[in-house]
This record gives sequence, structure tokens and C-alpha cells, in this order.
Amino acid sequence: MSSDRDKILCNIKSALDKLPERSAYPDWDDTLPVSNHLAGVKSLKDLFAQRLKAASGLYFDKVEELVDFLVAGQNTAGYCDPDLAGLFAGAELLSIETGFDMAKVDDYQFGITRASSAIAESGTLVLKDSETSSRLAALAPWIHVAVVRESDIVASPLQAIEAFGDDPTIIFCTGPSKTADVEGILIQGVHGPGVQVALVIR
Amino acid sequence: MKSWQPIDLVARDLDKEVKQSTYLASKIKTEKRVAILEQDYPDADLLRETAGRIKQHTIENLDTYLPKAEERLKENGAQVYFAADAAAANETVLRIMRENSASRMVKSKSMVTEEIEMLPFLEANGMEIVETDLGEFIVQIDNDHPSHIVTPIIHKNRRQIAESFEREGLGDYNDDPETITRRARAYLRRKYLDADVGLTGANFISAESGRIAICTNEGNARFSVAANRIHIVVAGIEKLIPSDRDFALFLNLIGRSATAQQLTVYNQFINGPRAANQPHGPEQLHVIFLDNGRSEVLASECREILRCIRCGACLNVCPVFRQAGGHAYRSVYPGPVGAVLSPLLAGNRYPELADLPKASSLCGACNEVCPVNIPIPELLLRLRDRAKREKISKANKGTPSLGLWATLCSQPAMWKTALSMGHGMNYIPTEMIPHPAARAWQHARKLPKFRGGEFRKWFKNRKNEQR
Repeated sequence: MSSDRDKILCNIKSALDKLPERSAYPDWDDTLPVSNHLAGVKSLKDLFAQRLKAASGLYFDKVEELVDFLVAGQNTAGYCDPDLAGLFAGAELLSIETGFDMAKVDDYQFGITRASSAIAESGTLVLKDSETSSRLAALAPWIHVAVVRESDIVASPLQAIEAFGDDPTIIFCTGPSKTADVEGILIQGVHGPGVQVALVIR
Repeated sequence: MKSWQPIDLVARDLDKEVKQSTYLASKIKTEKRVAILEQDYPDADLLRETAGRIKQHTIENLDTYLPKAEERLKENGAQVYFAADAAAANETVLRIMRENSASRMVKSKSMVTEEIEMLPFLEANGMEIVETDLGEFIVQIDNDHPSHIVTPIIHKNRRQIAESFEREGLGDYNDDPETITRRARAYLRRKYLDADVGLTGANFISAESGRIAICTNEGNARFSVAANRIHIVVAGIEKLIPSDRDFALFLNLIGRSATAQQLTVYNQFINGPRAANQPHGPEQLHVIFLDNGRSEVLASECREILRCIRCGACLNVCPVFRQAGGHAYRSVYPGPVGAVLSPLLAGNRYPELADLPKASSLCGACNEVCPVNIPIPELLLRLRDRAKREKISKANKGTPSLGLWATLCSQPAMWKTALSMGHGMNYIPTEMIPHPAARAWQHARKLPKFRGGEFRKWFKNRKNEQR
């Protein structure tokens, strides 16, 4: 296999050695990929709420309202990150498990896990592997609730990227799972959650 | 009388429904793409141009960036392989599976695995492979080929899909797109949970961190690395970008260019096995860098095509693609990008695909929409020139011989004579004109009487006066 490596690198080198000069990396300003959505914005939380809705996500900043929403849809059985279970201590109508049981993977109606940050400009939730209590809980149930602190909302994708750290897997989630493969018709909930919820806490 | 190009024949004979599906879907996607870019950015062209320059810089410095990405990935606990060609890549995947006693794979959407025909190879070696992207899953059960880079079943309608699902035992005939999607969800859910290996492609790889960005809307790449123990990535060597910061530009461009979304629903950034405290997800990450003709493209005069990020915008806007559909390109990569890339990657099959660069009106729309600003029309011309020089018969079919014309244009005296006498052709019966191109011209038109020459006279006299 190392021979393939040498062969490829050798071919690349001989291809590039022929070039009279190589293109330089262009300078670009941090504002270049920032969209018009951020212009004149005062509250990142409000913009996040608005952009999340535009991406077909649901926004809550009161635990009781989220619980009411879940109960109204008869989604009462789910999983919750043990560190976040305290938020739902008063919600007696919900039956919450804090250990993810693989045998019941399709029975959880919702999964509640932590989002490390959120991106206001695009309504995106940022899930870091080391801060997500269970990858499957954030993915398999029909409803995923990502809990994010208000102070962790950043303006644009670039700022979220700068905060990657050394986590081996980071996921940007912008709305529910989608497809338009059949005649271009938009359907939500293909393999991942059909409902993406953000719960913003202080 | 008319000599047809291979692609003209496909367009002529294309099923009406397929043509209609392709045309409408492409048109809508083009319109939405323009709308979101104009709405979201004061100068979207500057983003495209910058992204294009970043990619050009990266491919022209691959000798630095590729080893750098390799080193970073290894530091993070990934195993890195290089595959010079399709066979080497397929063998590597098979070896990884065998060494880990793995037999079941869930596969996320990846054009590069189409290119190396990985699926039939692994199946022939006893592995069970399931395509998990809804479109690719339908392609797989139909034993078909994708006809678009982003929307693989743009050529199929819901009735055809419902029939396939019924045939495969996925429920009674039902052509409601939501029902189709739910059935696929339930069926593929089991496959994800039972799989040993998840295989994905890569959209971008940051050399700085080794992070592999994978963009999907359905979440299939997320599920392909959730319940299984092994993650294999197959990536072309041109997928690199210099640093994580560059993701900000490319992710904003790819979502809008491909599907008119601000960002693709899921953007995953992976540079190692799962985090230490994470209960689910692969313990092993294997990354295979594939050449398969790319280093030759890098050495060619068409290296700009290696900037391509596979968004499909050039397909959607192309008048030829809209009429002929993706299968007309007889290769994995259709549309304008395919017309350049497919012949270049074809190796010794090049003469078979050398006509593709002619499947374009050179209108320039593909360049205008390209998120990395690839001068596709220029590259098409370079490939046409190459086919002409190498006398590839397929590529030159239907091209009138231009030797006489070239002689005429290079001799001023002959040119002037031809201009003033040309309309004499009108008096020759059309079928007796000895040159096919001239005959075709005269068949429907007449040459006007020469009324020019004034400028030349004036110019000549002006010179005399100055003396």
C-alpha cells in the first residue's frame, strides 16, 4: 500500500513541478461568508429563533412550553441526558429514561441531549461528540430536543468553526432531516429526526 | 443530411416523462439557487471567486496538503490508506472488512464509490451492502444508475418508485412521497442497527486538522456512523482544503448551490474515532485517499476541473443536460462537469467518451453558476482541441472539415476574392456544391451580394494621404 502512496505523491509532484508558478492562497475577510441575515441584528437569540423556524425547526425558551408541546402530541416517552434531566423534574406527564437502551432504540419518541452551541445566522445547532450523552438519542427518535445555553449562541458558522477544539466529531444540524429525492417534493424525517427542537436555557 | 452526436440521439429518443421530470426539476433548482444567493449576499460572486482561488491554490499545492492531512488524521487515531486506482481502493475496503470479520455495510451517498464501482465488487465478495440515501436506495433496488450528482433519481417519478417498492416487498403500491419515505426509513433503520461498517464519502477535508466534512440532508451519513463499529471514508485526493476556516466559505456555498439551502441540514466534521465518553459510534476510522486518474488531470491543461465540489449546479442550469438527462453522458459524472471530468478520468476508455466535450453550446451558464468558478466552457474547448489533434473519430463525428476554410482565411487575396465572388454560389444547384458544410449552409440560405470593401479602401487611402 505504501507503494500506492509513493506513486500518487510522485505523480502529484511531477505534475506540479511543471507549473511555472503556483497560485497563492487568496486573502479573505471574516465578513465574506457572513450573510445579510446578520445585518443590524441586536439579539442573537432572536435571530437564532427566527432562522431555526425558517429551517423548519421548533424553538422554545421555556421548559413548560416544550413539555406542553410534547404532551399535546402524545410524545411522552423518551430519553434525556442525565445531566439535563433536572430541567424536566416537574414534568410528571413525561416518562423519561436517562440510560439509552439499544433494545428500545425505536421506542423512544424523543431524545433530549445537549448542544454545545448554536449559530444564529443559520438556525443551526452544534453537537459535539464529547458533550453529546448519546449519538443515537440525538438521531434515532422522531423528535430531537437540543438544549443550548443562551450564552453559547454564536453569530455565524465561522465562529462555531473557530470553537471546534479537538472534538473528533462535530455536527451542525440545521432543521429536521429532509429529502426531496421523490419528484423534488420536500419530505421531513428521512433517517434522522422529523422534528428538530431547540430549547434555549440561561 | 444532419449528422447526429451521440448525445443528440439520446435526447431525441429520451422518454417524454423522463425529459419532463429532468427539465422541470433542474429549472426550479436553478431559479431557487439564484434567489437565495442574491438574497443572502451583497456580492455572491466574490464568494465564488474566492472559493475558486482557494481550491486552485490547494490543488496546486497538493504535494504539501495531502501529506499534512494524512499526518493529522493519523495523530487522531485514524488509519490512512492511499489507492492509486479503483481496484486498489476496493481491495482496501474489502481487506478492512475481512480483517474485522465484518460482512454488513451501510453506505452513505458517495459519487466516488460509484466511480470505482465498489458496490458490485464487494457484493461479488460476499458482503451485504445497502445504499441508505433514499435516491441511491431506489437506484440500488432498480439496478439503475444515478442520473444526477445530487438528486440521483431526477429521472424517475413517484409511480415508478411505488412500483419498485411493491416489487421489493416494501408494502402495497402507494405513490405518496411521504409514505415512500416512511417505508424506506423503517426498512433502512434495521440495516443501520445491524451493520458492522458505515461507509461515506467526503465533501471537504481540512489539511490543517484532518477534519472530514460530510454534508447530507437526510441524515444517512449520521446514521452510518452511529450504531456500527467501523467507519470507512473513501475520498478523492482533490477534496482537500487548507484549513478549518475555509469550511465557512465552502459550506455556505455548497448548500446554496446544490439545493438552495443556507446550509445543508447536516454537516459532520470527523477526524477520528468516537470521543472517549461517547457510548455509540465507530471505534475505528479508516480513510482511503483515491487517485484513479486525478494526478493525471492535475498534470493536464484541464486541472481546474479538480476544484469541483460536486454541487450539481452546472447540471441544473445546462440546456443540454435538461434535454438529454444524466444517463446521456454514459459515465458517473454527468452534465457540464462530467463532459470535462469523465473523459479525463476514463483512462484507456477516453476515446469512447471524447465526444462529451461537444455536448455543450458553450453558452457559459455552467461557469456563471459554479461555486468554485471553474471555466468549464474553456476546458471543453481544450478537450475538443485535444480530440481533434489526437484524431479521435467519435469526437469528430459531424464536424465539417475546415481545411479549406482555414486556407481561405489565411490568404488575404483569396479571402477578398471569396468575399466579392461568394454570392456566385447561389447560382450553383445546391446538391452540386462539392463541400458538405457549404452545401448544408446553402440548403437553407443564400449568400448576399458583396457590398463591403469601403473600409478597406478608406484605410488604404488614409495611409497614402499620410505619406
